[in-house]
Amino acid sequence: MNVVSSLAIELRNISKSFGSGESRVFANTDVNLSVRRGSIHAIVGENGAGKSTAMKILFGMQSADSGEVHVFGKSVRWRNPTEAMASGIGMVHQHFMLAGPHTVLENIVLGCENSSAFGILDTKKAASRLRELCERYSMPVDPDRAIEDLPVGVQQRVEILKLLYRDSQVFILDEPTAVLTPQEIEALFSNLRRLRDEGRTILIITHKLKEVLALSDEVTVLRQGKTVGSIQTKQASAELLAEWMVGRKVILDVKSEAESNPGVVRMKVTDLVLDSNHAMLKNVSLEVRAGEIVGVAGVEGNGQSELLRALLDPKNPLSLNSGKVELLGHDVSSWSSSQIRRLQVGFMPEDRHRDGMLLDESVELNILLGLQNHPAFVSEIPGVGGVIRKSALKQALERAWVDYDLRPRQSGIPGRSLSGGNQQKLVIAREFEHHPEFLVATHPTRGVDVGAIEWIHRKLFKARDQGTGILLVSSELDEILSLSDRIIVMFQGAVVAEFSRGNVSAQQLGLAMSGGLKGGHA
Amino acid sequence: MDEMLSLLGSTLRLSAPLIFAAMGGLLSERSGVIHIALEGMMMVGGFAAAVATLSFHSPLVGCAAAVIAGLAFSALYAALVIPFRANQVVAGTAINFLAAGVVPSVSKLLYGNTGSTPSIPLDERLHWAGPVVGAIVLVAGLALLLAKTPVGLWIRFAGEHPHALASAGVNVIRVRFLSVLAAGALAAMGGATLSLSLSSAYSRNMTAARGFMALAALIFGKWKAWPAFAACLLFGFAEALQNRLQGVALPWKPDETIPVQFIQMLPYLVTLVVLAGFVGRSRAPKALGTQF
Repeated sequence: MNVVSSLAIELRNISKSFGSGESRVFANTDVNLSVRRGSIHAIVGENGAGKSTAMKILFGMQSADSGEVHVFGKSVRWRNPTEAMASGIGMVHQHFMLAGPHTVLENIVLGCENSSAFGILDTKKAASRLRELCERYSMPVDPDRAIEDLPVGVQQRVEILKLLYRDSQVFILDEPTAVLTPQEIEALFSNLRRLRDEGRTILIITHKLKEVLALSDEVTVLRQGKTVGSIQTKQASAELLAEWMVGRKVILDVKSEAESNPGVVRMKVTDLVLDSNHAMLKNVSLEVRAGEIVGVAGVEGNGQSELLRALLDPKNPLSLNSGKVELLGHDVSSWSSSQIRRLQVGFMPEDRHRDGMLLDESVELNILLGLQNHPAFVSEIPGVGGVIRKSALKQALERAWVDYDLRPRQSGIPGRSLSGGNQQKLVIAREFEHHPEFLVATHPTRGVDVGAIEWIHRKLFKARDQGTGILLVSSELDEILSLSDRIIVMFQGAVVAEFSRGNVSAQQLGLAMSGGLKGGHA
Repeated sequence: MDEMLSLLGSTLRLSAPLIFAAMGGLLSERSGVIHIALEGMMMVGGFAAAVATLSFHSPLVGCAAAVIAGLAFSALYAALVIPFRANQVVAGTAINFLAAGVVPSVSKLLYGNTGSTPSIPLDERLHWAGPVVGAIVLVAGLALLLAKTPVGLWIRFAGEHPHALASAGVNVIRVRFLSVLAAGALAAMGGATLSLSLSSAYSRNMTAARGFMALAALIFGKWKAWPAFAACLLFGFAEALQNRLQGVALPWKPDETIPVQFIQMLPYLVTLVVLAGFVGRSRAPKALGTQF
């Protein structure tokens, strides 16, 4: 076998920048990547390391400023994804490219339809071809079902079948495990291995090191738009990869030294019921005591968001039909969110960009967000209203620089100019500003770099040890497992299982998350 | 019996313009582009049809002129909202104003008045059966196009998940642009039906918000061809009924009639009730109104 043809993909000195002048951002600087044909190659790096840009260039969605792309030994320069697809490259995007109300078959044939007489879609032929593929790769799926009726894991299967239908030789998968249960992840991995054994080439973009080690043959690490290095997976370790990703040594698994010591009840919900179009809560009851972390596990969309809304805005009939919400000893079932914000409670929202920050406003105003009634920041002038105390905001920001290691240490800059990790630190700094006795931490490390994850986890443990009751909602099972003193599992709007620390494995959790476990044990 | 038959006949005739416009709206909105400007397209179509028929003494030339005028206006609309990414509701409203201004201006130039075109001779008008049959064939054709052909699949994906369509290698901009163009041509045909078949001339504001009623029918019909067709028939029936009820005496006071203004409200009242009562339950294309 000669050297050239054994490589499926080669990126040589790819550079790409966006913007111009001072706001110019270098997404890729001399990125190099070699992917052997018939291998699974993982590309890891933190948010903003340039993984996505490099893949978009490879897939023809963006063009490189300089550098070369070689596919199966030939130099190529795509103008659009169609050309990339014609050469056998296919991509499974992180957010699926599937239209919910349309059928599996329609989603799969889109763009490569066969017509019979009079230009009518030949669905028979397409369906039989699809059935054949389903059978050959043991990926069963009903061609006539609407996408929106399928679980996420099956939707992803449809995405893979879409590429098989086009007979793609190179599969690019962008964060494919983000929304899957452990069982679905295992099924995905065995499918991918099978495709590799058939001679196809798999590129997987991820930030989960455990999965890289479990699945890939080789790894390439990117940091700040540059290739740090490539290594055979069997010679790599999570510690080494994390160090490459961050640029310094990182402690991956933060453990609490102290045992949890639950005190008084800080949050208690009883029989929460919500029944609207898609949102559901089915008799959810739950309590969080002082000094414990209660983790909520579940595939996204199984009632976690609804639970959080019921806690923050119980008065709103859209958040709750019936049930009782108690916070810090008050019955808040008929309180508005602004009343609740006056209690010593903190909320780290689910979607930081949508609900947690004003991206175009200054960091100071972002510190104020949600605390606009707090006497430390706003002086009431009788008959006029509140006036923001800018000096107090400035001081709070300076405290955040020191106590929370918020960077850059610059006042007045817009929230948008902070990195994901620093945005989250700002949110944490703000929510800890009035020493919450109860804290909701939702996806606390989503979109946060490996280095900052460690920091955030320590901070949560410290708050717990000081007596804060914490409700942790996360789609990262490892995070749930390593932080929580108790774990509850939500499935289709109901609490289906509860476990205590150390009494549960990721597999058991996954089973409960997919509804396969009723009851559970304490 | 005769009464019923004639009511049925006028329902069909009066529904035809709505059906053309609603089918235009269907194409545009299924491809993801809101089409508030159907009303304006109907105006220019109705006017162009009357002018061309008067000059060339052929209703077919009149229809062709309507299509051309509709295409021109929808090309302007499509250019504003697709490549230039203007807000679709605002741009559509502007197009409606433009049409409401252009038509009387041209009328003034041609005929010296801003109201109506001269009357079209009886033998040069469109026979009522033409638009009715045409509208039904159109509905069947579009239903088939959307459900069973590759192009229909592209249109549906453009309105539902345009990025999925693009990632499958189909040009979303082109699909949307052509859908909006076709929508304009169809709505203009609806206008031509008004001036050439239901009436004897184009008179000022003769569209009387039918473009918006077509939009309401589209929404009531859940953005699907046959249900939207049924909704158009409902509105057409309301209109036929209001024609019939005009001048009918009150049963308990034989020498008095309901004021005609109240009766004329009927089709709009039906529209309002339908929209208020049912819109919440129908589901729009997910990417409707979004830029790509």
